[in-house]
Amino acid sequence: MSVQVPLHNTPLADEHVALGAKMVGFGGWNMPLQYESILAEWDHNRKTVSIFDCSHMGEFLIKGDAKACGLDSIVTQTIVDMPVNTCRYGAMLNGQGGIIDDLIVYRKAPEDWMIVVNAANIEKNAQHFRDSLNANAQFEDASFKIAKLDLQGPQSRDVLKVLAPGIEKLSYYTFDQFQINDIPCLISRTGYTGELGFEIYCPWEKCKEIWKSFLAHATVKPTGLGVRDVLRVEMCYSLYGHELDESISPLEAGLDKFIDGKKDFIGRQAALARPPERSIGYFISASRKSPRAGNKIFDSGEKEMGVVTSGTFSPALQVGIGIGFMSRTSKDAGTGIFFGDEKSKSAATVAKRPFYKNGSLKS
Amino acid sequence: MEIEENFLYTKEHEWVSIEDNIATMGISDYAQEALGDVTYVELPEEESDVEQFEQFVSVESVKAASDIFAPMAGKVIEVNRKLEDTPGLINKDCYGKGWIAKIDVRDMDESTNLMSAEEYRNYLESLH
Repeated sequence: MSVQVPLHNTPLADEHVALGAKMVGFGGWNMPLQYESILAEWDHNRKTVSIFDCSHMGEFLIKGDAKACGLDSIVTQTIVDMPVNTCRYGAMLNGQGGIIDDLIVYRKAPEDWMIVVNAANIEKNAQHFRDSLNANAQFEDASFKIAKLDLQGPQSRDVLKVLAPGIEKLSYYTFDQFQINDIPCLISRTGYTGELGFEIYCPWEKCKEIWKSFLAHATVKPTGLGVRDVLRVEMCYSLYGHELDESISPLEAGLDKFIDGKKDFIGRQAALARPPERSIGYFISASRKSPRAGNKIFDSGEKEMGVVTSGTFSPALQVGIGIGFMSRTSKDAGTGIFFGDEKSKSAATVAKRPFYKNGSLKS
Repeated sequence: MEIEENFLYTKEHEWVSIEDNIATMGISDYAQEALGDVTYVELPEEESDVEQFEQFVSVESVKAASDIFAPMAGKVIEVNRKLEDTPGLINKDCYGKGWIAKIDVRDMDESTNLMSAEEYRNYLESLH
C-alpha cells in the first residue's frame, strides 16, 4: 500500500497553471518547472530580469539573545557580530556532524532573527530548533504565513526601485523593510542565480497581488525551478539533497568558510574531527554531453574516485558541467578526469568555481 | 501535436519513413516537446548493426538524458552530423532537418510492428 501525501500549494499555484507552466512536485510542493523553454528562460534571466515563486521555502522567526537563547549554538556561522539588517549564510548540523540544512540568518533587530531554510526540510528543521533552543527563546515557524518572490537578473534593481523606492541602497547580503502597493515586505539583496537580485518576503495572502505587479512590467518574465537549477549549478551553489545532506560533513561540502571555528555549535566536534577523504569539486565536460547526478567520477587513469551530485548542460559555456564528491588528490583545477559509468566514460576537466564568471551579482 | 501522415511510429515516440529499403528515423513532435531543449545527441556509429527496438542513440536535454530506440533492424548507413553542433534542430524541425539516422533495413516485415499515423494519434490520446 502506498500513501499519497498531497503536495502543498504556494499562493501562486493557480497563476502558474494559468501561465501554462509545467508543474512538478519538489520537496513536497507543487511547483512550476518551466513556463517556456529552459534555454529561453535562462537567457532572459542572465540578460534581463526574471521572477521566481520561492514561497515553498521555510521561514522561522526567533526572538532572543543569540547566545542566551541557544540560536548561536545551532548555526555554524558567526552571528553575534552581525549588524542589524544584514544576512549571513551558513548551516546547521546534527550531533554526528552531518548537515541538517543550509540556511540564511537575517538579523532584524539585536534580538529578532529570521532563518530561511529549504522547503523539503521545514518540519525537520522546526523540530530541531524547538529541541535545541533554550526555554527563553521565542520560536515561530512562519513558513505558511510568509511568501517569497525572487526577482533576479541584471535589470532587477531598475524594476524593483519603481515598486519599492529605496531598495537602491541595499548592498549585497543586506535587507530592510519596504512597501510594495502599501503591502509591507522584507526585501534582501540575495539570490541563487549569480545575478543582481532581490528576495521579497511578503504576507502569504498578498503574494498574488505583488506577483501580478511584477508581471505587469514588460521586461519581467516568470521563471521555473528547471532553470533555477541550471543557474545555481553554473554558480556552483550547493543544493540540499544533492551536495548537502545529513551524511555529509560541512568540510566535505566545502562549507569551511561558513563555519566559525572559534565557537561551540552542535556537531562541531564530529564535523571537524577528521579531514574528509573526499570533498566537493567542480568539472567541465569536454563536449555538450552533460554529467548527471549519480554518474561515477574516474581519475585520469580511469580509476573510480567519486560521484556526481549535480550535472547539467550549461547554456553559458555550451558544454556539460558537473558538481560531485571526488578524491582530494585529484581535484586540482586543470586535472583531466572522466564521468559516466564503466561502459561509457566521457572526458572532463576539473575547474575552479564558479563556472559562470560574468554574473551581475555584485554590480 | 504534429504527426506526419505518411510516417510510421513506435511506442517510444520514434518516427520512421521508409523509401527504397532505407529507413530515415527521428523522434516525434510529442517526444521533442516532452524533452524540451535538446542540448546533445549521442549518434550511433555508421556501419553498426542494430536490432529493432534496440537502444542505439541517446538524446540529452538541459536536465535529462533519454534513450532512443531503432525503429527497424539493419545497418546504420548515415547519421545527421548537423546535430553535433545544432542539436536544437530536433526541436525546430523534428520530422525534417532534425532527422537522426538512416538504416538500411534488414527485414521489411518488421514494419508491421509499428503504428500508422492514425494509430499513433490514438496511442497518444490513450496516454492522457
